Amino acid sequence: MKSIANYKSFSARENIEEALRQAEKNEDYHALLSLTSERALERADAVDRGEITGELAGIPFVIKDNFSAFGAPTTAASKMLENYNAPLQATAVEKLENAGAICIGKTNLDAFANGSSTENSAFGPTLNSHDKTRVAGGSSGGSAVAVALGIVPFALGTDTGGSIRQPASFNGVVGVKPTYGMVSRFGVVAMANSTDCIGCFATNVSDAKLIMSIISGRDERDMTTLPDYFNPDVSVVKQKIGLIREWFTDDVNSDVRTAVSSYVDRLRQAGHEVEEVNMPILSHTLAMYYIIVPAEISSNLARYDGVRYGKRASGVKTLAELYGKSREQGFEAENQRRILIGSYVLSSGYFDAFYQQAQKARTLLIQEYDKLFKVYDALVGPVSPSPAFGIGEYTNNPVEMYLADIMTVPASLAGLPALSVPAGMNDQGLPIGVQLIANRKKDATLMALAKSMEEK
Amino acid sequence: MTQIAQKDVQHLAQLAQLQLDDNEIQTLTSDLELTLDYIESLAELDTQGVEPTYQLTDLTNVFREDEVQTSEVSREQLLSLAPESQDNQIKVPKVL
Repeated sequence: MKSIANYKSFSARENIEEALRQAEKNEDYHALLSLTSERALERADAVDRGEITGELAGIPFVIKDNFSAFGAPTTAASKMLENYNAPLQATAVEKLENAGAICIGKTNLDAFANGSSTENSAFGPTLNSHDKTRVAGGSSGGSAVAVALGIVPFALGTDTGGSIRQPASFNGVVGVKPTYGMVSRFGVVAMANSTDCIGCFATNVSDAKLIMSIISGRDERDMTTLPDYFNPDVSVVKQKIGLIREWFTDDVNSDVRTAVSSYVDRLRQAGHEVEEVNMPILSHTLAMYYIIVPAEISSNLARYDGVRYGKRASGVKTLAELYGKSREQGFEAENQRRILIGSYVLSSGYFDAFYQQAQKARTLLIQEYDKLFKVYDALVGPVSPSPAFGIGEYTNNPVEMYLADIMTVPASLAGLPALSVPAGMNDQGLPIGVQLIANRKKDATLMALAKSMEEK
Repeated sequence: MTQIAQKDVQHLAQLAQLQLDDNEIQTLTSDLELTLDYIESLAELDTQGVEPTYQLTDLTNVFREDEVQTSEVSREQLLSLAPESQDNQIKVPKVL
């Protein structure tokens, strides 16, 4: 893996050519869906001529393929958008380009970010960076693997219920999901508006903090962005940290428990106070998530109708047939599954029992977090119940697959900032991450805590 | 175990504008049953008198000046994204 500092002593052209070489060399992992070589080399030469400057001038990066960006199609890893060339760029991409960074390609994901393993990509799965028989995690699997393999020092991803944190854990890199509203989502393919967040992968916390400071901030084109608050210069001294007891049961893989326990020991050695805490509502959060999020997905995916852009089925005679067939051919099975679950929980007979009940439960979840954050600066626990699982292991049972998100969805439903930081490997050489969660808008404090532990 | 009739799933698919064949409906029916079995557990949680949370930012009525701004995207660009167009219009087959 290479940090941003590793690139500073080379010309932009050398950096980009090297990144493209690494991308080709590692093609068999299928982390990237496309390369933006031509545009990347043009921008590199402009950096070397001094026409493009900035804090990240000449630094290569990759973008999850649900961000609109120039130089390659924006497919969302779906047949629906296979040939869709976005006419504009996402705000986060624009901000990185304004800082001089150079995108070299777009990364693989579960189609429309619906999934936890990148196996739902219409173009085939991404392989885990540490074991090719295992999943990359997801949905931002391609971005995590590209950073873990050293193709680029950082990558953009989206996290709706764990889609940055879980693949970061599975591949041994740092993954950041910010407070809901910290980063503009303009130009990003929407999945579930009430939890969608944009974040990044990096090889270390300092690089991740730099990227977040560049992409964060209010955007007139996304009215859900919060007024600017992120201050990257915060430092931490002694913190009071809660260890979530519900995530230490026998259902959690023993290697994961060992990794988190040793991280907790290190927190204590560093002078932080760690106490066990209870969050009884956690037994209900995955059910809340798989009601609220499919409901929002079914609404968001309604826009793909084969009319204005995207896939249009051929040989259809009526408009209804055009909609029905384009959506049958353009969506993956998991997209269709979530559209149906969402339509079901929103339908008039079930709305109160499912959707409304889930939104009330969400209030109770937020109240439990609020109570804990009156006492604790941060919470610590695993990212996922196991290290990376095998390719195909859960593809026949959607609920088994959903369980991979059980520890990441609570922070998403409450809009809290959460990190996945590497916490060692098991005997099989699989990376395991630890999750750190803080109160809303405490992103900088959380990253400062993670950074101080990295130095220990 | 929750049971749903395949015809109900077919109806749901129609409402969602998904034209699915019998095999797809059959698989999706059992997937939907598995998922409903799981999410139904939420009914056990007492939420009497609790207000629902629909959004997390606490922002309300975010206003901006109502000014005309030029779009960075042209009509030609947008039309070129459509699978079929004619005379500056997007073309679709007959409605009925």
